[in-house]
Amino acid sequence: MAWALGTTALVLVVLVWELSRPRLALAVAQLRKRWAARRRGAAQMGYDPGRERRAEQRARALLSSCVDEQLWAMYRDLGFLRVWGGLGVGAAYAYLIYPHKPIVAYLPDTGELLNEYCVAFPDQTKPYGSSRLPDSDDVLAKWMALTGDERRLVADANMHLPGRQIDPGMVRRDLARLARWEQQRVEHPAGSVRAA
Amino acid sequence: MKLLRLKPGHGEIVLAEGDVAVPEQERELIEAFRRELDAGMWAAVPTETPGGRREAEMVKSFAEVPRDAERVIFFPRAAGGAPRATR
Repeated sequence: MAWALGTTALVLVVLVWELSRPRLALAVAQLRKRWAARRRGAAQMGYDPGRERRAEQRARALLSSCVDEQLWAMYRDLGFLRVWGGLGVGAAYAYLIYPHKPIVAYLPDTGELLNEYCVAFPDQTKPYGSSRLPDSDDVLAKWMALTGDERRLVADANMHLPGRQIDPGMVRRDLARLARWEQQRVEHPAGSVRAA
Repeated sequence: MKLLRLKPGHGEIVLAEGDVAVPEQERELIEAFRRELDAGMWAAVPTETPGGRREAEMVKSFAEVPRDAERVIFFPRAAGGAPRATR
């Protein structure tokens, strides 16, 4: 009896193996093809660790050729731009433009933070795998949009109260750095001033 | 005049370059300009005010570009970068 059952089980295993072998072979072949394609793709992409750095260097050169010398020095030394607002009447207001962070509106007279304008310039073509512009290109795009059509940029941005994405303490420290930087430039107009 | 476009991972690229006083080159510039606008790009011309202040002028057609402009810079249109706060 046991001998008969064993033989039947063996025959069943061999039958199942024979029936499933073509499918297994096909699945293995497809897996191999997929791995090979992935390896080829990775080789063609040829990740270049210097690409982002070169892109940023190009972006910095373009930004420096578009904005005032003082604004460029501000960005180089402090890492952000201050642009004066031109809408409405009343107290003067200004914006701080950071790379890939919201634009911050504030009152220079009092240092009061008004709003954050969250805005991005996503390139849906993603030519290099990312939709993000280099830092200095992001700053340039914000500067062009603000000085060229402030109303439209403000309308397109998502407006929030200060502190939503940017630490107000950091902004206040940046405003203090900016004040020191401007003071030093008044005292030493010829040379570049490094921020403290 | 040069038409430039800001590109992720690259910096700016030159889309077209030509002399607007030469009709054939102007046509090529206009075609490149339209292609970028059709692709949803914004266009800006860096300018300098008589007082020496630098700013940008947003343009929506090639006719709005000053004839003596050296560069027109295209960049992706602005989008709100984070969801609006619920009220």
